[in-house]
Amino acid sequence: MIAAVAMTVPMTLVHLSTVDIAIIVFYFGLVLTIGMYLRGRSRTGEDFFMAGREMTAWIAGLSFLSANLGSLELMGWAAAAYQYGILATHWYWIGAIPAMLFLGIVMMPFYYISRTHSVPGYLKLRFGEPSRALSAVSFALMTVLMSGINMYSMALVLKVVLGWDIHFSIWVSSATVAVYVALGGLRSAIFNEVLQFILIWAGALLIPILGLVEAGGWSNLRLQIARNASAEYTHLWSTLGNFKDNPMGIHWTGIVFGLGAILSFGYWTTDFLVVQRVLSAKDLRAAKMAPIIGATFKMLVPFIVILPGLLGLAVLPVKLTGETAALATGGHSYNEVLPLMLARYCGPGLLGLGITALIAGFMSGMAGNVSAFTTVWTYDIYRALLKKNESDAHYVAMGRWCTVLGVLISVGTAYLVMSFASIMDYVQALFSFFIAPLFGTVILGMLWKRATGPGGFWGLLAGTLSSISMWAWVKVDPAALRYVALSANARDMAENMYRALWSWIVCVVVTIAVSYLTKPRSDAELNGLVYGVTAIPREAEVPIYHRPTFWATVVAVLFVAANILFW
Amino acid sequence: MHAGGISIWFFIGLSLLVNGILIFGAGVWEIVRPPANPVVLFNLHANVWWGALLLILGLIYCVKFAPGRKT
Repeated sequence: MIAAVAMTVPMTLVHLSTVDIAIIVFYFGLVLTIGMYLRGRSRTGEDFFMAGREMTAWIAGLSFLSANLGSLELMGWAAAAYQYGILATHWYWIGAIPAMLFLGIVMMPFYYISRTHSVPGYLKLRFGEPSRALSAVSFALMTVLMSGINMYSMALVLKVVLGWDIHFSIWVSSATVAVYVALGGLRSAIFNEVLQFILIWAGALLIPILGLVEAGGWSNLRLQIARNASAEYTHLWSTLGNFKDNPMGIHWTGIVFGLGAILSFGYWTTDFLVVQRVLSAKDLRAAKMAPIIGATFKMLVPFIVILPGLLGLAVLPVKLTGETAALATGGHSYNEVLPLMLARYCGPGLLGLGITALIAGFMSGMAGNVSAFTTVWTYDIYRALLKKNESDAHYVAMGRWCTVLGVLISVGTAYLVMSFASIMDYVQALFSFFIAPLFGTVILGMLWKRATGPGGFWGLLAGTLSSISMWAWVKVDPAALRYVALSANARDMAENMYRALWSWIVCVVVTIAVSYLTKPRSDAELNGLVYGVTAIPREAEVPIYHRPTFWATVVAVLFVAANILFW
Repeated sequence: MHAGGISIWFFIGLSLLVNGILIFGAGVWEIVRPPANPVVLFNLHANVWWGALLLILGLIYCVKFAPGRKT
């Protein structure tokens, strides 16, 4: 393997030494060892799909965050920080923290008490089979497609950064994920995600530390960014009063209502990829604490993602550009800022650890996608619609094969994208269509007992279709942007925020209207599913430092303080 | 959380320990034989102290969460 890895082509960003390659090979060996070791612990459906529901709050919380912390996330947002400045931090703070705390304190009791296996499973209990089928099929399809796109993007990154062959990267990394998830199920995915989380921090933390040393501290960094780019690049909120005043072309209403209230709540509270990790918690307190622990670390992630992008603006001797300009001029693109910073400070060994962090990020994201796909396919599609009364062992076997199948479909998608690059944009847009309306359906289902099955289904369908329609409208007629995003000056990100907001409103309005026209279920039927008719265990008997609400308050205060600090 | 007797934290300790040894060793080697094209801030020898830190943390975790040891 070392020989194969060492076969690099010239003109790459970094060159690995023997010790770097040894670190990467050791990582692959360790994750496979964990998968093989855990095989014997995944014999029942509860073990394979839910990790035995025995994870501690720390394990579930770190895994919850790690499943989202893919390498494309790391490199993409470092690039966004170079391009747009500190505004990119909004996707880590207001775009995540409130939603994660809300999941832990308000929503987790219903997910957990209902003993559901998945988010579509909750919709089945609350709204009936049609809602589950709609969300399960769309989630399963989009998850494997997104996994393939991420796989291709990562292989492309490894080719640019290290000169590795794209086919080699795709097959080695996907085969590794397939083996350890198929053997150990969700438990193996979670264990590896925690390992990957630690490696990501160990590999990436030195860049901001050394970068701040070189820049001469935060104050000097701000001065250098003001000189090289603009002083607005280091302000989080003060430039959001007008679309034209900030490099992202976005208004504060888009950030607060589109990103903070809809998109982030949609993703962090209803995307089964992340929620599945919390459902594996050993008890309700652990399930409530896990997202709060995740939120604490999420607040720190900008230190290893956004700060390197900002440091790139100050210390890199070259000016980075967009992909097209970089290809035309032979220069470097925004997306290369993190590898460039890695190569700037990290010598032999550290470079290998940094690259391992990127690979680990990619694999944790892929394992998250594959394990979530496997559960939704087996429980919410195969068992619900195709084979209802098979044995537990049959479903576990289906889960193992489905893991391999999911990886193969992802590989197929990766090759499809390789041939038709424009497909990537369409699939990424497709994924976004479901997030905001699904949040509308789930939140009404949990908090409003009058919501009915037909209301939930038609609201979800109408919200999704409205999102697709708005996207198509702007594609066909770009002038429609002024209506969808409230300004002709809005950029892509702003359009996404407002489209999410409108589709959520459509979903909620249709759900409410149809619910009032249809017959509600009795309180007894909704016990364990809806606020007001569910007995939720109280926290009063435990010391204050054991209470999730106390820690959620602490994180919320830190979140507000951080936003004010970088205003 | 234990994987049938072996804690996840033991695996993490093992990973930090091995990576720490390799990075620390590479850093010491660079002090003995400085590279022709050193990285920025080479004078801080980040790989030596970062490798040592990972090594120590890994060692602590390996001992504390060793298989068979009650934690």
